[in-house]
Amino acid sequence: MRYSIFSLARQALSGHRGWRPAWRDAAPRDAYDVVIVGGGGHGLATAHYLARNHGITNVAVIEKGWIGGGNAGRNTTIIRSNYGLPGNIPFYEWSMKLWEGLEQDLNYNAMVSQRGVLNLYHSDAQRDAYVRRGNAMRLHGVDAELLDREGVRRIAPFLNFDNARFPIQGGLLQPRGGTARHDAVVWGYARAASARGVDIVQNAEVTGFLRGPGGRIAGVETSRGTIRANKVAVAVAGNSSRVAAMAGFRLPIESHVLQAFVSEALKPLIPGVITFGAGHFYVSQSDKGGLVFGGDIDGYNSYAQRGNLPVVEDVCEGGMAIMPMIGRARLLRSWGGIMDMSMDGSPIIDHAPVPGLYLNAGWCYGGFKATPASGWCFAHLIARDEPHPVATDFRLDRFAAGRMVDEKGQGAQPNLH
Amino acid sequence: MRVKCPYCGDRDVHEFVYRGDAAPVRPAADAGEAAFADYVYLRDNPAGPIAEHWYHAQGCRNWLVVERDTRSHAIAAVRLAREAAR
Ligand SMILES: Cc1cc2nc3c(=O)[nH]c(=O)nc-3n(C[C@H](O)[C@H](O)[C@H](O)COP(=O)(O)OP(=O)(O)OC[C@H]3O[C@@H](n4cnc5c(N)ncnc54)[C@H](O)[C@@H]3O)c2cc1C
Ligand SMILES: [Zn+2]
Repeated sequence: MRYSIFSLARQALSGHRGWRPAWRDAAPRDAYDVVIVGGGGHGLATAHYLARNHGITNVAVIEKGWIGGGNAGRNTTIIRSNYGLPGNIPFYEWSMKLWEGLEQDLNYNAMVSQRGVLNLYHSDAQRDAYVRRGNAMRLHGVDAELLDREGVRRIAPFLNFDNARFPIQGGLLQPRGGTARHDAVVWGYARAASARGVDIVQNAEVTGFLRGPGGRIAGVETSRGTIRANKVAVAVAGNSSRVAAMAGFRLPIESHVLQAFVSEALKPLIPGVITFGAGHFYVSQSDKGGLVFGGDIDGYNSYAQRGNLPVVEDVCEGGMAIMPMIGRARLLRSWGGIMDMSMDGSPIIDHAPVPGLYLNAGWCYGGFKATPASGWCFAHLIARDEPHPVATDFRLDRFAAGRMVDEKGQGAQPNLH
Repeated sequence: MRVKCPYCGDRDVHEFVYRGDAAPVRPAADAGEAAFADYVYLRDNPAGPIAEHWYHAQGCRNWLVVERDTRSHAIAAVRLAREAAR
């Protein structure tokens, strides 16, 4: 069924009894052309673009739990393309362009809202760094505006401009940045892929790989049986090292936990996304009214999907420093997600070092915004066996070759990115 | 999470700085590029028990080897790194 104002009106008149499930919850078949491991945003977007751009529809997405139960359903939904390095800017800007047309492409309301992303600066040196980043963005055709104190005040008068240690001097604004509804992104991609014939298989954990001649990957072992495939593509954010170990190789990745928080619903308050530049705190307001916020990762290896109290304290202190009124809001929920933290803070979209296996990993805390371009470029790699032009720097061999894409300049220490 | 420092006793994780997996060992100077790339970048990243380096920055400033389960954060043992190295 195509969603439109007419389908809505028709359903309204018939008491909303005619809605059908948006996608097929499929049972696994014996064999596919392509098996995608991981039913998060990236795996489902990959399936959609394989079908849409390359006509490859004999595809299964194999998810160990339910789709969107991983980071896709746990993130703080920020989308932006305000990067500074040449390897990153074209990729994230391509993602932003795909976000801008996503709802038409998927015929699904993903609640993409370009309400602006504002990074605050608190010192001359930080302003200079933001100017440089803003200029790099503009040279690539990305929107960026440098705001002075008064410019920030016009957008967010409630901020604490005269914090004794970290007065707000201004900010770098990306007006086209914003938020999207994370669950809807998952369901929209699932629906579009399913409509083109992709099987979405839930509650099937991949536990090993089948090998063919020459050690080539020939399929997967799952908790719902063996599935053969010509190509296997892994997009298991946070669990990449575990799946790689099943195929016999190691990755430049550590798994870390990131926490997020949401307050009770409040009246409209925060106009866009605001990030504190002197500590690590960022906040936006969901359409339901909750303040959605977070900060640093906990900083130690974890697969536990929950964090510790020191980070809760740190995030709340950051919030109190830039907008003291947040202290009046009650916290509704907090949670954690496990992410691949890579050695340079950037992702990997490449052939795995085993023939027949494709790798999409290392998204750190910023892979939600990348979902459309990640799927687009991964599908391109799988279909054509060559990297997409905007993703050529995300190679696995860049570490050994010394071609890191280190946006933060922190070096090989994953918890510092 | 609390870390039981052998010198200071049970202390909040807040006081510690995390370094990471204690398993990688710096290769000999002439071991070649592949060995160094492996040492600097590749990790086992296990879901389960791991031995890791923590630094008691806001305490005794000892480096520690902490045995911890990454699935539960439960800590099984803590030793001074200089003793673990022997
Ligand atoms: C708290 C938090 C806040 C974040 N905020 C933002 C943000 O504001 N903006 C942004 O851009 N990014 C953000 N991120 C990062 C972003 O969520 C991730 O980078 C992105 O979602 C990862 O891609 P994915 O959606 O495919 O991952 P996931 O949804 O985690 O998908 C991976 C799937 O693989 C499945 N899987 C794992 N192992 C197996 C197996 N063996 N067999 C079968 N299936 C398996 C998992 O169950 C999971 O469903 C945040 C992350 C967290 C944790
Ligand atoms: Zn101590």
